[in-house]
Amino acid sequence: MLGEGILKGLAETARNFAGSFVSKERLTTVEYPEQRIPTAENARVFPFLVYDGTDWEAGLRCVACQICEKECPPKCIYIEKSKDKKPDYVGKMQIYPVRFDIDVSVCMSCQICVEVCPFEAIKMDTDFELSTTDRFGGLLHDRKQLARSNEYYHTIHPTEAAEVDGRLAEEKVKAEVKAKAAAEAAAAKAAAAAAAPPKPAEAAPPARPAETATAPKPAGGGE
Amino acid sequence: MSAPTADISIQLARQEGWNRPPVIEPDGEGELLELAMGPHHPSTHGVFRMDVALDGERVVRLKPVFGYLHRNHEKIAESTSYLASMPYTDRLDYFCSLTNNWAYALAVEKLVGQEVPERAEYLRVILAEFTRIQNHASSIGFLLQEMGASGTPLMYAFREREKILDLFESLTGSRMMCNYMRFGGCRVDASPAWLDAARKVVAELPEFVDEFESFLRTNEILTARTQGMGILRPELAVNAGITGPMLRASGVNYDIRKVDRYGIYDRFKFRVPLGDHWDIYDRYMVRMLEMRESIGILEQALKDIPGGPVMDPKAKIRGFRPKPGEAYGRIEAPKGELGFYLISDGSPNPYRYRVRPPSLINLTVLEDMCLGHNVADVVLIFGSVDIVLGEVDR
Repeated sequence: MLGEGILKGLAETARNFAGSFVSKERLTTVEYPEQRIPTAENARVFPFLVYDGTDWEAGLRCVACQICEKECPPKCIYIEKSKDKKPDYVGKMQIYPVRFDIDVSVCMSCQICVEVCPFEAIKMDTDFELSTTDRFGGLLHDRKQLARSNEYYHTIHPTEAAEVDGRLAEEKVKAEVKAKAAAEAAAAKAAAAAAAPPKPAEAAPPARPAETATAPKPAGGGE
Repeated sequence: MSAPTADISIQLARQEGWNRPPVIEPDGEGELLELAMGPHHPSTHGVFRMDVALDGERVVRLKPVFGYLHRNHEKIAESTSYLASMPYTDRLDYFCSLTNNWAYALAVEKLVGQEVPERAEYLRVILAEFTRIQNHASSIGFLLQEMGASGTPLMYAFREREKILDLFESLTGSRMMCNYMRFGGCRVDASPAWLDAARKVVAELPEFVDEFESFLRTNEILTARTQGMGILRPELAVNAGITGPMLRASGVNYDIRKVDRYGIYDRFKFRVPLGDHWDIYDRYMVRMLEMRESIGILEQALKDIPGGPVMDPKAKIRGFRPKPGEAYGRIEAPKGELGFYLISDGSPNPYRYRVRPPSLINLTVLEDMCLGHNVADVVLIFGSVDIVLGEVDR
C-alpha cells in the first residue's frame, strides 16, 4: 500500500513521543540552567594553576620552566620568570612566574600543557561557564584568577588528584632522603677531610642513589 | 579494480573548465539561471557554495567553491612540534576526531618506528568503530534532514550519538575534540567501569539501528527521492580517487581495513557491504550496513581486549627528532581514506605535512553526479557525499 512506509515511521515517532511521558529512558534531555547533568570526572575545559596550602602566591607549584608555553599549540600561555627564588613543594629553591596569563579566547582545551608539565602545576578545570561581558581584559586570565587550591583539584578530579599527591609525596620523601644523604655526605666529607685527606671515595657513594631517584620523571607520564 | 576507460574524457573535460569563469550559454529557448547554493552555516556541513547553472529546473553546470573554512592546518603543523599538531587534527573532521588522531599517530609511528602496545591497539579499534557508528548515524540524519524531514530523524541519530559521546567524554575528557591518541599508544587507560559502560552501549546499538532502519527504509518519500538519483559509476569513482562508503556504494570492493590491515584489523571478522545501483539509496544503505558491521567488530574487540599498558613506556611524545625520511599513514576513516604524509628533515618539526582528506576528494565528482538532476536533488546528492568542510578546507 502506498504510504505504508510513511505511516510506519510516524508510528515510531508517536511511540517515542508518548513514551517520553512514562519512561525516563525516552526522555533524554534536561532543562539546562535549573537542572544539570554532573560533568564526567575526566572532563576538561580550561587550565588552572594548582597551589598547596592556603596562600595562593606562596604555594604555586609552577616554577616557570616555560615548557607549557613552548608546547601550547595555539600559543595562548604567556609566562614571565621571576628574578628571585622561592622554595617549591620539596623545599628546593626555584624561580616562580611573576606573570602567568592564559587567553580564554585562544585556548582550545587540548590538555597538552597538563601533559607536558613535569611539576604537576597546571591541571584542567571542569567549569565550562566562562562567558564574560568584557571582551578583552575579561578573557585574559592572570595567575591570580588561574590559581586554585589543591583541595579544589581533589573535588573535581578525585582519582587523578590522589595519584598526583602520591607521586609528589614520593618525590618529597626522595628529596628528603637526598637532602639527608647530602648532609651526611657533607658531614662525612668534612670528617674525612678532618681525619685523613686521601680517602674521598667513601664519602661519594651514599649521594648517588638519591641523585638518580630524583631525576625528573618522563613527561609522558603526566596523567 | 577495473581500469579507467570511457570516463577519462569526462574527467578531463571537467578539469579543463575548472578555472574558467562561468559563462552563461544560451541553451535552446531562454537563458541559464546562475544560482549560488550551499550550506552557509558553520553548524551544518560547513561553509560551502555551489555555483549552479540551471536550465529551468535542471542542472547544466555545477562548480563547487570552497575555502571559507581554511585554517592553514598544514602550514601551522610544519611550524610546531609533532605533538602540538595532534589537537589540531581533531578539528579536521570534527565529527570523527578519534580516527583523525589515529591516522596522524600512525604516520608519526611509521616515521619514528614506534610500536604500539596490544591494549592500545584494541582501544584504538574500539574508539574508531564507535566513531564510525556515530558518524554514519549523524550523516544519515543530516541526509534525511536535507530531504525535508526536519529534525526528527536527526534527533534519533543524535540521541544515540550522545551515548557514544558520553563514553568519549568519560574516557578522553572531551566529547568531540578528544585529543586522545599519542605516538606509541593512547593517553589514558580505560577503566573496567568504562569498558562495561561501552559494552552496555554496544548491546543497545542493534536495537537503535533496527529502529532507525525500520522507520525509514520503506518510506515512500525516501525511496522516491533517493533511488536512481546521483549515480556515480564505478569507473569514474576509481578514476577520481573516491574512497570510503561512497566508493563501496559504487560497487568497488575497497576497504583499507581489509586492504592495508593497519592496526589489528586482521583479527576481526567483518564484511564489506557493497552497493549495486550506485545511487544515493545505496550510499544510505551501505552506511546502515557498515554500522552493523562496526557493532560486530566492537563486540569482538570488547570481548578480547587484553590487559597491559596503553602507552609504550619508552615512547617519547615530545622533544624527539625523527631521522630524515618520509612516512604515509592511512586509515579507513568513516568518510574514506584519511592519510597523513610526513617528511622529516631531522628537526623537531615536520618538513612537510600533508593531509589526504577523504571529504575533499569525494567532493570532486559532485558535478558529475548532479548534472541533469533537479535543483532539489542537488541538496540530497551533496548530502549523500557526507563531507565536513573542516576537512575539505583544512
